[in-house]
Amino acid sequence: MKKSYKIEVDCANCANLMEQAAKKTPGVADASVSFMALKMTVDFAEGADPAKVMKDVLKACRKVEPDCEIFF
Amino acid sequence: MNRKQKKMLVRIVVSAVLLLLANLRVLPFPVRCVLYAASYGIVGWDILRKAAMGIGNGQVFDENFLMAVATLGAIALAIVERSGDFNEAVAVMLFYQIGELFQGIAVGRSRRSIGALMDIRPDYANIEDGGMLRQVDPEEVAPGSVIVIQPGERIPLDGFIVDGTSAVDTAALTGESLPRDVKAGDEVVSGCINLTGVLRVQTTRAYGESTVARILELVENSSSRKSRSENFISRFARVYTPAVVFGALALALLPPIVRLALGQDALWSVWCYRALTFLVISCPCALVISIPLGFFAGIGGASREGILVKGSNYLETLSKVKTVVFDKTGTITRGVFEVSGIHHSSLSDDKLLEYAALAECASSHPISQSLRRAYGAEPDRSRVRDIEERSGRGVLATVDGVRVAAGNDKLMDELGVPFIPCRSAGTVIHIALDGEYAGHILIADAEKDDVREALAALRAAGVEKTVMLTGDAESAAKQVAERVGIDEYRSGLLPGDKVALVEQMLEASDGRGKLAFVGDGINDAPVLSRADIGIAMGALGSDAAIEAADVVLMDDDPMKISRAIAIARKCLRIVYQNIVFALAVKLICLLLGALGLAGMWAAIFADVGVMVLAVLNAMRALNTKNL
Repeated sequence: MKKSYKIEVDCANCANLMEQAAKKTPGVADASVSFMALKMTVDFAEGADPAKVMKDVLKACRKVEPDCEIFF
Repeated sequence: MNRKQKKMLVRIVVSAVLLLLANLRVLPFPVRCVLYAASYGIVGWDILRKAAMGIGNGQVFDENFLMAVATLGAIALAIVERSGDFNEAVAVMLFYQIGELFQGIAVGRSRRSIGALMDIRPDYANIEDGGMLRQVDPEEVAPGSVIVIQPGERIPLDGFIVDGTSAVDTAALTGESLPRDVKAGDEVVSGCINLTGVLRVQTTRAYGESTVARILELVENSSSRKSRSENFISRFARVYTPAVVFGALALALLPPIVRLALGQDALWSVWCYRALTFLVISCPCALVISIPLGFFAGIGGASREGILVKGSNYLETLSKVKTVVFDKTGTITRGVFEVSGIHHSSLSDDKLLEYAALAECASSHPISQSLRRAYGAEPDRSRVRDIEERSGRGVLATVDGVRVAAGNDKLMDELGVPFIPCRSAGTVIHIALDGEYAGHILIADAEKDDVREALAALRAAGVEKTVMLTGDAESAAKQVAERVGIDEYRSGLLPGDKVALVEQMLEASDGRGKLAFVGDGINDAPVLSRADIGIAMGALGSDAAIEAADVVLMDDDPMKISRAIAIARKCLRIVYQNIVFALAVKLICLLLGALGLAGMWAAIFADVGVMVLAVLNAMRALNTKNL
């Protein structure tokens, strides 16, 4: 299942780091962050609960970029 | 500027003023030190905070950490050397923040200007409610409702006109500036602007499935399909920063140790300073920002022309296209078939046409549609039984008890019916009644006006070979190919053959020159997805085409193909310029820094300057005027 979320991040490299962090989060099959569109597209793994997974994704992203925001 | 950026600007100005004050030699030294500290703290506290948090989270190599180390290191050196000159450290932090601020503003601007191009989202729909018009959210309108669109308003939902005539402006979707006249019964698509008359439209789709919503989704998601260049840069960025940091460490330690071993003065502070200069250049921001920005601008510029590119990767492939394969129908020809002659008929022409139209009544193929159009009336389906479609050949059906076979030469061969071949160009439908040949109907598809020019433009854009695929007979295909000036053609193809042919061509190519397949999105979805890049044209209102293709041309103007390639080429040129330029400047700075020829000042100027220039260069991709 694919879903996309609006995000807030200031620098392009931070967006790349967020993408890496999101990809490594359990329950995420694949993730892609577009800095230009300020969007994160997450492809959830089979049977994952998006709301729960996104909490972990946000946590992981905050670790690499404290100022980021994901709206879900 | 948003609130965050305004706050940053204030911080930068205050810090700059304090830095100037700190340089007043008349002030006592301790006061100047306080001013330096205040200036540094005001402009750089968030960097220091993030650097500290980064270390806590095991995220060492981010640019905050590096800037913090570089500037604090410079301060430490100034203290150790008792020079009392903190200008460099504070200024580096100051310029870094100015660069970040500029980047934020530039990116925000380009985001907005690209967003404005795609500003086709309808805000409301008018619903008649007790004689009064009520504005509602388009998402709330159920399919089948009747909405009212006043002159000047955007059509919010797909549907057909129940009442009213008007002209609609499709420019936002197709790039075509000539308004289209519409009347009751016509279909209208969302996103167009109603120009002259009031229209009452019965909607056929919910907002989520409407043309405008699908286009917006497509464009917004396009940046998530990343190109090879983008992936290269993000991989590069991951190794670049650590490499520079270790380079800096080596620069700080190795030369002094070697010097010590040689019995010379170690010059620790000189090498430490050079190492810190390294750290300033270690941020890969110019690269990381300008590449996706270039692609984003390229996709934005293309969509303004009615060319939707589904991802940066496709823009990249498009720029390398050397072979363009056309499916004739709908690309080279209009795809509107008309009965142009009935020959050798053993019955009256009308009777033959009636049999043909009835036999083909269940088919959605353009040929069948034109037969029905020529027949004039809606075929009475109750007269038809046992319809059997033979893909690429024709149909068999029983009409009024007579077994009708309608199809091409192959069908007749298959049935063993001797037929009279047709000499004119076009599609020939032979009719056999109960196994007896009854004549044939000629259906011709007119070529588009500017195909010749479009093919010439393709060649000018760097395409080396053009190929036409068609199900037509050899003679007809040859005539068309010669008239429009296409390099090669393959005739007599069944739909399945097209995939095989394209696969053959893909294998024969060396992989560098890419192959594009252009189709109208009807019946050719498998080929569209098999080619290196599938281009669907005339896609306005056709979901299948939008779904299957990588590049979607909203109208059916063949000139758009060469424009799409030209836009892609320009965009990729800009991206490569940025990659080479940014990398070259960084390498030169690293080299000069290591040799001690460039100080921190030069480093930070180079860093911010490259980024500014790269961002400005990337924005050029948005301009598609003079291509």
